[in-house]
Amino acid sequence: MNALAARRRHPAAIAVLLLLGLLVTGGAYSFFAPKDANAAPTVSADAVQDGKNLFLANCASCHGVNAEGTKSGPTLVGVGAASVDFQVSTGRMPLAGPNVQAPVNKVKFDETEIAALAAYVASLGAGPGIPEEKWTTVIQPGTPENNKAIATGGEIFRVNCAMCHNFAGAGGALTRGKYAPALDEATPRQIYEAMVTGPQSMPVFNDRNISPEGKQQVISYLAAQRDQTNVGGFSLGNLGPVSEGLFAWVFGLGILIAGAVWLGKKAA
Amino acid sequence: MTTINESRPAQGLRADDRRDEQVHESTKPLGGIAGWVDDRVGAAKGVSFLLKKVFPDHWSFMLGEIAMYSMIVCLLTGAFLTFWFVPSQTLVPYDGSYIPLQGVMVSDAYRSTLDISFDIRGGLLIRQIHHWGALIFIVAVFAHMARVFFTGAFRKPREINWVFGTILSMLACIEGFAGYSLPDDLLSGTGIRAMNGFVQSIPVVGSYVSYFIFGGAFPGEAIVPRLYSVHILLIPAILIGLFTAHILLVFVHKHTQYPGPGRTNTNVVGYPLMPVYIAKAGGFFFMVFGVITLISALFTINPIWAYGPYDPSPVTAGSQPDWYMGFADGALRLLPGWFEFVSWGDFTWSMNIFPGSILLLPIMWGVIGAYPFVESWVTGDKREHHLLDRPRNAPTRTAIGVAGITMYCVLFFAAGNDLIAIKLHLSINDITMALRTLFFIGPPIAFWITKRICLSLQRADREKVLHGRETGTIWRYPDGRFEEIHAPLTPNERWPLVQHEVPEPLQIIAEKDENGVDSPIARKERLRAKLSHFYFVDRVAPVTPAELEAAHHAHDEPHAALPAGEHEALESTGAGAERESIKADKRLD
Repeated sequence: MNALAARRRHPAAIAVLLLLGLLVTGGAYSFFAPKDANAAPTVSADAVQDGKNLFLANCASCHGVNAEGTKSGPTLVGVGAASVDFQVSTGRMPLAGPNVQAPVNKVKFDETEIAALAAYVASLGAGPGIPEEKWTTVIQPGTPENNKAIATGGEIFRVNCAMCHNFAGAGGALTRGKYAPALDEATPRQIYEAMVTGPQSMPVFNDRNISPEGKQQVISYLAAQRDQTNVGGFSLGNLGPVSEGLFAWVFGLGILIAGAVWLGKKAA
Repeated sequence: MTTINESRPAQGLRADDRRDEQVHESTKPLGGIAGWVDDRVGAAKGVSFLLKKVFPDHWSFMLGEIAMYSMIVCLLTGAFLTFWFVPSQTLVPYDGSYIPLQGVMVSDAYRSTLDISFDIRGGLLIRQIHHWGALIFIVAVFAHMARVFFTGAFRKPREINWVFGTILSMLACIEGFAGYSLPDDLLSGTGIRAMNGFVQSIPVVGSYVSYFIFGGAFPGEAIVPRLYSVHILLIPAILIGLFTAHILLVFVHKHTQYPGPGRTNTNVVGYPLMPVYIAKAGGFFFMVFGVITLISALFTINPIWAYGPYDPSPVTAGSQPDWYMGFADGALRLLPGWFEFVSWGDFTWSMNIFPGSILLLPIMWGVIGAYPFVESWVTGDKREHHLLDRPRNAPTRTAIGVAGITMYCVLFFAAGNDLIAIKLHLSINDITMALRTLFFIGPPIAFWITKRICLSLQRADREKVLHGRETGTIWRYPDGRFEEIHAPLTPNERWPLVQHEVPEPLQIIAEKDENGVDSPIARKERLRAKLSHFYFVDRVAPVTPAELEAAHHAHDEPHAALPAGEHEALESTGAGAERESIKADKRLD
């Protein structure tokens, strides 16, 4: 103690103290901070190498040979495996040409190739990983607690998602030709990945916004809604009153006028 | 013991007193139950008058019937729905059979609507009939209105009935709005939220009116019960009352008819109500009911379970009102945001909302209601009209109507700008800008095009009257020429094409009298003459008998045997004579 006390006015003391403080704060932060950036999953070095080859052949022209990004495409360092899996498995990437938004397209790679690409990009920097199977498993309705989970998913969906994706997940328009796509084709894994990576105009819903359980409930709600029989009949695209009004004018009035003409032609 | 004294001596003197009455009773045409009822109600005379009423036959006269029947369908199904619907915003947990909502806290109104849809036998079908019926009701109202407008059926003596109809159409829209707001689902709640915003945008009193309507701050718990009273009690009562007056006035005025041989301003050519129209109209009621039911059985409308319960925080993409409120929503979407400004310290004028939502409705229906009076003032026509105009024969009116519809449609389509954007892969910003432009330039273009089409149709009518109908038969002459043979019109075919009158623009009356004093009405008359000029400057007069005679004469002179109107050689009389002889020879073959 004495030795420390004697050196407390040493010119280096302040620097040492500062260093110590920074180390403690940083260490504590890394210890307490939520783990939203999964480290690259353990994959074989071969897969990473395959992924790199695929990347150089298919992606590097826009994203740069080291995925550092160019004028035509953003950097992929740190986007994580989830992002690659989402973009490539929905056919959004590789992009056919520059556009306001990458549309869903024919998938160009098989599963192994997508996994290799994801592994390569994940090896460049930590980012959201491909979600665990247990969070992308759809909760089946039946038991009260499952039904409750689905209903909770519905509430989360209406508060966070419906304003762009529409109440039935039928999609909606955004500014300047951008749009929120329909969700009926998306797989549970893709929906989860979209939530954690926030592709294109979509905001990121990380695990602090919506917990993995919440995401699973949203996915289950969408599945349950999709599986519901259309009790009311044909849904007219689930687009709300616009398609209903159009239908009333074209078919409702059309059929009734045809009836009136027919009746007018009838001999008295 | 009887109260009548049989043996009163004066009885004999009164023996004849009741004879008239007895005779009258014995000759009464009605026997049995009808007679019994008539003795007590005295309706026979009136009913037989009504049943003998003659109505003309045309499909477009049945548009109003579609409206009437779909309104009755809504009344019937609405009564069913009131048995189960609970107009309350008290929160209850949902425990019905729709799984994705089980356990969610919802309002009682929403819960009871879900129960009607999932747990009450036939409930969903009746709900869908009610909603589809309402949409078709208002569609038919507007179609009927367009028919009345374009045929000039609103002219004297029917102006008041036109005003009644205008009010009816506005009430129908408000009734619809009140109705679809009741289930308290996410979409309708968003609609009420929007309505709250509209009300608040009224300058000065907006926030007070909003508090008054909602019984406090939005959303409160008062709006659903209040709208329920309005929807099932207040507006239906006014609707039915006005509608009855509307129908009674039709009986009083007698129905209008399209021009045709034997149809004049003083008669109605058609069939009596009994038995022809009773059967036709009764049958048509079932047809309308059947079609609405079929549509309701096959197509979902307003899937409130998918929308979820109302909660002020979420909103769904594609939030639109039902179609009849679409034009107001569209106006709102087109109004630029910078119309809002602040003055006098911190006083906000929400001119980005107020004109499109609150002002637009009275303006639109006010203009519609005032039109007959404006037109009769401009044309100076104070006569009664029971013969309808063919729309082409009133080109300016038709063009005004189409311009108005164009303006309405621009607003209407603007309400769906987001869906147009996503379905056609366009930018919503570009669509909005395009529709803003179209709102101003669309109506004049539509006016001009419509007027030109009307005038050329009138000219085509003239040609047809003068030179006959094109037969599609092409004749080849020995010298190689080809010519189409025209067949003459029969007098019955010709009549509708020549019966109308085309007014000439009013002349400005002398602006100063002989002493040089300005006429007190000169300014008004100048405006009137200008408008009259606008209405009637482009006129295509119908063929007069003299013109027809001249045309026939020109045709007939070389060969008297040739039927009138055989060809179109009026303008080339020189060559026509020779050609005529060839054609006449051919005919003889």
